[in-house]
Amino acid sequence: MSARIAVLVFPGSNCEHDVVRAVSLVGGADAELVFHDCPALEGFDAVVLPGGFAHGDYLRPGALARFSPVMAAVGRFAAEGGPVVGICNGFQVLTEAGLLPGALQKNSGLRFLCSEVPVEVCSTRSALTFTLGAGDRLLLPINHFEGNYTCDDATLAQLRDEERVVLRYAENPNGSVDDIAGVCNEGGNVVGLMPHPERACDPLTGNTDGRGLVESLVKWAASRSG
Amino acid sequence: MRFLVLVEVRLRPGIADPQGATIERALPALGFEGVEDVRVGKAIRFTVEAADEQQARAEAQAMVERLLANPVIEEAHVQMEGALPAGTAGGRP
Repeated sequence: MSARIAVLVFPGSNCEHDVVRAVSLVGGADAELVFHDCPALEGFDAVVLPGGFAHGDYLRPGALARFSPVMAAVGRFAAEGGPVVGICNGFQVLTEAGLLPGALQKNSGLRFLCSEVPVEVCSTRSALTFTLGAGDRLLLPINHFEGNYTCDDATLAQLRDEERVVLRYAENPNGSVDDIAGVCNEGGNVVGLMPHPERACDPLTGNTDGRGLVESLVKWAASRSG
Repeated sequence: MRFLVLVEVRLRPGIADPQGATIERALPALGFEGVEDVRVGKAIRFTVEAADEQQARAEAQAMVERLLANPVIEEAHVQMEGALPAGTAGGRP
């Protein structure tokens, strides 16, 4: 049986179809759109929070989206070990919701960044990277204004000690502490990253480096779908 | 009674503030010398119905903790700005 992946849609999300398409390209799972007011995620094997501008990014990116009914379900799903991946704005929502530590603030250069950047896989204990190798280099698109990962020293030390820094930028584009591009929770099942792997899956775009990450998530989800 | 509240949200000390730094660099070019420690924040104003000022302040503080500020990078200061005159339906004087 194919794994079922819920792709959440908040008012202002705009990368949900890219994620659905990326999953269909990779295969092995069915991705379905699930709206922000849905109170339950029964029957799903993974959840993706896509990029965009949920609730217009008003107040702070993710600050309002975290109170959506679906986020209570995401919290329960994550607590049961279900894989949850937040991409870009989705990462911001996960930090606001307290499902991942730290916060994402304005890029240090105060520029909206839209480019492809090299990143390195630093931990393979996450749902998004467990099929990859530590040290693998990927070229991934970034597209954000608030991607500057920030956390206190104790949190950073913990993230390092527990191998929870999932991805690092090879060349820090936004001022993120310790070049962090993505982190995961203690269980490795909740992952957030600023780069957009879903936009680097189709050969048509000239870059398929994101495919391995999507494949990893699909495999982790499939292992739960039984 | 309705109370006027001003919540100032600002980045915590030690959190880099690129907007503040940019403004600080721009000011000398306009002839404003000697300006330091520029920090950019947000001001959020509202009125709230409460029995007394203490309750209104507690309510505002609860809003800060749940929504208005992200404690990882921000801190907030609640300033009470008095009560609306009785019979005022809403809006600020």
